[in-house]
Amino acid sequence: MKELLVISGKGGTGKTSVVASFAALADSKVLADCDVDAADLHLLLSPEELESHEFIASRLATLDEEKCIGCGRCSEACRFGAIAMADGYPVIDPISCEGCTVCSHICPEGAITMVDAISGHWFVSDTRFGPMVHAKLKAAEENSGKLVSQVRRKAREIAERQGLECIITDGPPGVGCPVISSISGVDLALIVTEPTVAGVHDMERVLDLTRHFDVNAAVCINKCDLDEGNTERIEDYCCAEEIEVVGKIPFDEEMVKAVVRGEPPVARVSGGHGYVEGFGSGHEAGSADSRKCSDGKAAQAIRRLWDRVQDRLWQDADSGE
Amino acid sequence: MIISIASGKGGTGKTTVAVNLALALEGAIPIHFLDCDVEEPNAHLFLHPEIEHSEKVNLPVPVVDESKCDGCGKCAEVCAFNAILAFKSQTIVLPELCHGCGGCTLLCPRGAITESPKEIGEVETGRAGKIKFSHGRLKIGSALAPPLVNAVRRTADGRGPDGGLVIVDAPPGTSCPVVASIKGSDYCVLVTEPTPFGLNDLMLAVDLVRELDIPCGVVINRAGLGDDTVSSFCSGEGIPVLLEIPYDRKYAECYARGGRLVEDFPKLRDALCGLWRKIAESSGADRDGMVRRREMAEI
Repeated sequence: MKELLVISGKGGTGKTSVVASFAALADSKVLADCDVDAADLHLLLSPEELESHEFIASRLATLDEEKCIGCGRCSEACRFGAIAMADGYPVIDPISCEGCTVCSHICPEGAITMVDAISGHWFVSDTRFGPMVHAKLKAAEENSGKLVSQVRRKAREIAERQGLECIITDGPPGVGCPVISSISGVDLALIVTEPTVAGVHDMERVLDLTRHFDVNAAVCINKCDLDEGNTERIEDYCCAEEIEVVGKIPFDEEMVKAVVRGEPPVARVSGGHGYVEGFGSGHEAGSADSRKCSDGKAAQAIRRLWDRVQDRLWQDADSGE
Repeated sequence: MIISIASGKGGTGKTTVAVNLALALEGAIPIHFLDCDVEEPNAHLFLHPEIEHSEKVNLPVPVVDESKCDGCGKCAEVCAFNAILAFKSQTIVLPELCHGCGGCTLLCPRGAITESPKEIGEVETGRAGKIKFSHGRLKIGSALAPPLVNAVRRTADGRGPDGGLVIVDAPPGTSCPVVASIKGSDYCVLVTEPTPFGLNDLMLAVDLVRELDIPCGVVINRAGLGDDTVSSFCSGEGIPVLLEIPYDRKYAECYARGGRLVEDFPKLRDALCGLWRKIAESSGADRDGMVRRREMAEI
């Protein structure tokens, strides 16, 4: 079983559209959305929710006012600025509370206890392209990294149980906590970038990250015709760093139209019947997709990209351990 | 006054709006620009600041003095982040999991734990023309953005330049790094695009600013490229649409090469000044007579 992670550094480069296309093209897979802050993959795959779970990863400090003597030691000890003293008594700001528990240990009166906090939810769903695991972190929450780990754990479990060949993961933007949680142990990190100064800059940082964690990486340039100079810069950089550019997708308004329709920009056509492989029972929406989905320049480029990514996923693994 | 620019979804044009707003107001109002997207800071690519000061930002992580440690395991027990593993013979610290809360140091009964600084990134401060500029850069492999964001915010000490403006370019998302970036803002501009992705993530961002009790308005970027569900959502929720920037390939090309929209397209300079006027009016900046007179005279 192989794990493919699609990331970008910079947001909005087209990760989710690429992942949704792979969802339509790949044979035997489970889909995972690890952008738990602002998950979007469900908007293109219309999942039918099978399971919903509360995600409890942190605890919040709560004050028993009866016991509190107003000594202020909690406020002094808190390094997250979550406890202010007002009129001689502590006031806890739940948004700033990191759940570190220091205040509860330091309080001489035992007036602070930690209570479980629901940080979000995670879901197992069925889509016409296969099973999907996704999540929703509550606004202003921490622990996105732990929620990512939960989504990945469940996706792996499903893949193993159903004997699926790969996990295709839509990753978060950036290079911090949720990305680090997403990247560990994947077989290939596909970096979707764009030929803008910001796209180039952020791709370089995310490639530093894959190198740091010793993860196999490949690059795809989306909207490659927007700025030929920057596209060349990306290719030169990748060439020097021995990173393969596995695909170039030209700008195509059809990509935006597909998002507006809520469909992957590419659909898989098999056997000339215009039928898209469905998952489970009762999913026939695939045939509608293949009629609507364009076979425009972007869609064709994504098909070629997927062919090359498959080669890399299985060939890299064979040449590895 | 602090205006933060956030979005939920990445790549909607936060940095474009933040940078061009700063440039449109440059010279008329003292501005301190804070790029708080410490994972992927981009504003410098457009503002080209001269960096005058650079400072490493550290997180205090525990160091165990083996000669004092008796293996009681209290430190591991109090650590809420599983950053300490205690065995009878040895106590192991996993610095990459440490949040720097100081609990283990404070609560070790033998006083065997001290703290040593671990670098998580750096903050750079400088000038871009008349704009004061700061940004942070998270060290690759470091997971914790919020302490670095806080360090960037501190460079603007409180409200920023007298009678002026702090513009915060926030990271995408809705979790802790965004909270650290926009907390305490007087106004939050949410930049989105007219697609289902833009709408979905805008709704999450609206939840966040409401949770933080920050007044907000929306900028719709690439207007005309998708559908009109974002506008309908905003009118339904009573959220003002402050500005619509039409989709134009020429704007995208200008952005791609690192260009400045307000310099290449005078129409957009007017639009961004208009954005500022709307924010100033709705956030009551004119009440303190802060910028309004000068702004009317000069912008």
